[in-house]
Amino acid sequence: MFVKQPYLSAIVFIFSSSFLWAQEGSLDGLEIHGNFEVYAQTYNEDSIIGAPNVPEKSGVNAFGNFIATKGAFTAGVRIEAYLPPVQGFSNNYGTQPVGAPYRFAQFAKGKFDITVGNFYEQFGNGMILRSYEERALGLDNAFDGLRIKVKPIPGLYIKGIVGNQRFYWQKSTGYVRAIDGEIAINELIESLAESKLRFTLGASFVSKYEAAGLKNFEYPENVASWAGRGQINYGGFSLLGEYVYKFNDPNSDNHYIYRPGKGVLLSATYSQKGFGINITAKSIDNMHFRANRDAQLNDLFINYLPALTRQHTYNLATTLYPYATQPAGEIGIQVDIIYKIKKGSLLGGKYGTTIQGNVAIINSLDTQQISSPSDLDSEDYLPSDPSREGYKANLWTFGDKIYYRDYNIEVDRKFSKKIKLKTSYIYFVANTDISQGTALGKNIHAHIGVLDGLFKVTRKHSIRTEIQHMWTEQDQGNWAFAMIEYGYSPHWFVTILNQYNYGNPTKALRVNYPTAQLAYINGANRVSLAYGRQRAGIFCVGGVCRPVPAANGVTVSLTSSF
Amino acid sequence: MCAYSYPQLIPLLSQFEFMIKTTIISTVFFLYTLFSFGQNEGRSIPDVTVKKLDNSSFQTSEITNDGNPIIISFWATWCSPCKRELNAIAEDFEDWVDETGVKLVAISIDDARNMHKVKPYADGQGWEYDVYIDANADFKRAMNVNNVPHTFLIDGNGHIVWQHNSYAPGDEDELYELVEKLSKGESID
Repeated sequence: MFVKQPYLSAIVFIFSSSFLWAQEGSLDGLEIHGNFEVYAQTYNEDSIIGAPNVPEKSGVNAFGNFIATKGAFTAGVRIEAYLPPVQGFSNNYGTQPVGAPYRFAQFAKGKFDITVGNFYEQFGNGMILRSYEERALGLDNAFDGLRIKVKPIPGLYIKGIVGNQRFYWQKSTGYVRAIDGEIAINELIESLAESKLRFTLGASFVSKYEAAGLKNFEYPENVASWAGRGQINYGGFSLLGEYVYKFNDPNSDNHYIYRPGKGVLLSATYSQKGFGINITAKSIDNMHFRANRDAQLNDLFINYLPALTRQHTYNLATTLYPYATQPAGEIGIQVDIIYKIKKGSLLGGKYGTTIQGNVAIINSLDTQQISSPSDLDSEDYLPSDPSREGYKANLWTFGDKIYYRDYNIEVDRKFSKKIKLKTSYIYFVANTDISQGTALGKNIHAHIGVLDGLFKVTRKHSIRTEIQHMWTEQDQGNWAFAMIEYGYSPHWFVTILNQYNYGNPTKALRVNYPTAQLAYINGANRVSLAYGRQRAGIFCVGGVCRPVPAANGVTVSLTSSF
Repeated sequence: MCAYSYPQLIPLLSQFEFMIKTTIISTVFFLYTLFSFGQNEGRSIPDVTVKKLDNSSFQTSEITNDGNPIIISFWATWCSPCKRELNAIAEDFEDWVDETGVKLVAISIDDARNMHKVKPYADGQGWEYDVYIDANADFKRAMNVNNVPHTFLIDGNGHIVWQHNSYAPGDEDELYELVEKLSKGESID
C-alpha cells in the first residue's frame, strides 16, 4: 500500500510509543484523545466580487490531532491534508497534499518537563518569542527541536529551547536557541505568600543562527536579542511592562540595515466589581525577527507583536479596514473601559446595563532617514558604510503620520427575560496605505452603527438579528448589513445574512453578498453548511467565531473532539 | 458546459485516488487506536501551565472542587457567543452554587493583544468565576478544543463527562440540568 513517508513515520511513532507502554505491562490509565477539523469550499467564478475562476473548483483543509497520554508521558501527532489548499491559504501548503508536520513526545513529572519534536512556546508577551498555530490564518511556526522546562525551587520557572521553525512543509534554515526565566516573588518568599502586593519578574534571551548567504556584504550569522519584564499587582491595580532589544539583524524587511531593534509595552489596569479600565501603550522599532532573514509575509516570525486595537466582532468592522501591526515601527496607546450600571437603578433597568468604551491611537514612529531605502537596496552601496544604520528614531515620541484611530462605544441592556439589545458605534480613521498596502494617498474615515437584538422566544428557541451600517465617503462608500439567526438549543442554527455595498461610487459594483447557513451541533461535534458570497475577516455565526477568506460557493465545516 | 475537460481529469483522478487511500489509512489508524485501547470513562483534566490574573503560574491539574461538579468554559474577549453564554450563566450563578456547589473555571484564550483586558472585563461583568489566561493555547490544545465557546463538565471524581461546542441561548438550562444530576451523584448519558 502506498503511504507517504512522513505519514508513515508518524504512525510508527505513535504505535511504537504505545507498544513501549504496553511492554511496561499495563495500559491502565492510557488515554487517547484528539480532534478533527475539516474545512471545504467550492468555487464559482464571480467576477463582480473578484472571486476568480478556480481551476480545481474546490479546496479542502483537514486536520487531525491524535494524542496519547499515560501518566507523565504524552505523545502526539497532527496529520494535515490540503487537497488542494482552500483559497486564501498559501500555495506552499499545496506542495504536499498530506503529511504529519507536527509530532512530539513529552515527559513531565515534578520539577521537569521535557519535550522533543514539535512544540509551541511563548516568552512574556511574546514580543521576543512566540510560536503558535492560527489555523484559520494558515499560520503555524511551531518549533521542531527540544524544550526543557524546570522549576528548581518554588516561584522560579526556567525554560530552554532549541530548534528550527516550521515553514509550511519545510523547516527554517535558521536555528533558534532561547532561554527564559520567571520569578514569582510571592511564591519564592514564603512570608509574602498571602500578601496583597504581588510581583512577577522575567527575563529572556533569544539567539538565532543562520549561515551568511550570497549577498555582497557580511551578515551577522548570530543575532541575539533579550527582553526584561515585570508585573506588580495590588488588589484591583496592576502595572506591567516589557522591554525587548534586538542586536543588528539585517534582513529583507529592513533593507539589510544594521540598526538594532527595540520594543516596549506598558500596561496599567484597575478593576472592581462592575468597573474595569485598561490602558496599554506600545512602541516598536525595527522588530521584524524571523528565523530566515529573507522570509516574507507572515512566515517564520520568531516574535509576535500584538496589534493595539480592539478586536471587533461585527462583520463590517472586522472585514473592511482592520489594523495590522507594523513591525518596522509604530507607536500607540489604547484605553479600554467597561462599566456596569447597577440592576434596579434608574439607568440600569431591572437587569443592569453594560457600557464598554475603547479608544486606540496609532501613529508612525518619529524617525529621520539617513539613507533612502532605494539607496540601501542598490547593489553598489557599501555595507561597511556607517550610514547603513538606515534611519534614526526615538522610541518614546509619536511621529506625525496617522496609522490608525479607533473610537468605539457599546451599550448592552437586557430589557426582560426575553429581550436583550446591544448597540454599538465605531469610528475608524484608517491609513490603509500602511495597513493594507493600498495607494490611496489619504486616510479612510468610516462610521459604523450596529443594532444587535436577541429574542428568547421560549426556553429552547431564540432569534438574533443584527443590523449594521457603515458610512464612508472614501474607498467603496457605504455598506449595509442585515442578519437573522434562529437558534434551537442545543443542536441547530439557521442563519441568513446579506451585505450590500449600495454606496459604491461605481454603480456596477453596488453588490449584494447574501449567505445562508445551517449548523448542527452535537456535544463536541459541529457541522455547518453554507452557501453564498463571503468576504474575508473574522466572522461569527452559529455561535462560533472564525476568520474566513473571500469566496462564492458552498462551504462545509466540520469540527469534532474526542 | 462540462466542468472538466479530459486532460484536467487525469490529475484530478490521481488526486482522488490519493484522497481515498489517505482516508482509508487514517480511518484504519483511528479505529485501531480507538478500539485497541477502549474508551475511558472520561479523561481527567490534563496538567498544563496557565496564568492567573495576577500573572503568576497555575497548574490546571489543581482545578478541584471538593467532589462537587466543575464547569470549564473556553472563551475570549473577542468572542460574542462566549460572552453571551458566560453572562447568561452569571445571572443565575449564585443559585447554581447554592444548590449544587458547582464551580466555573473560565479559560480565556486571549493572546497578548487582549489578555490585559481579561481582568477588567471579568470584574466589570461581576463574574464569580475562576478566570485563567491560556495566552498561547497550551490548555486549549491539551483539551482538544477547536473553536470557542467550548464547555466541559467535570464530575466529582475529576473526570470529563460531557462537552459542548458553541452556544445557543438556552444551552445554559441544559448545562444546569446536567450539573444538578452530577451533584446528586446521578450519571449523565
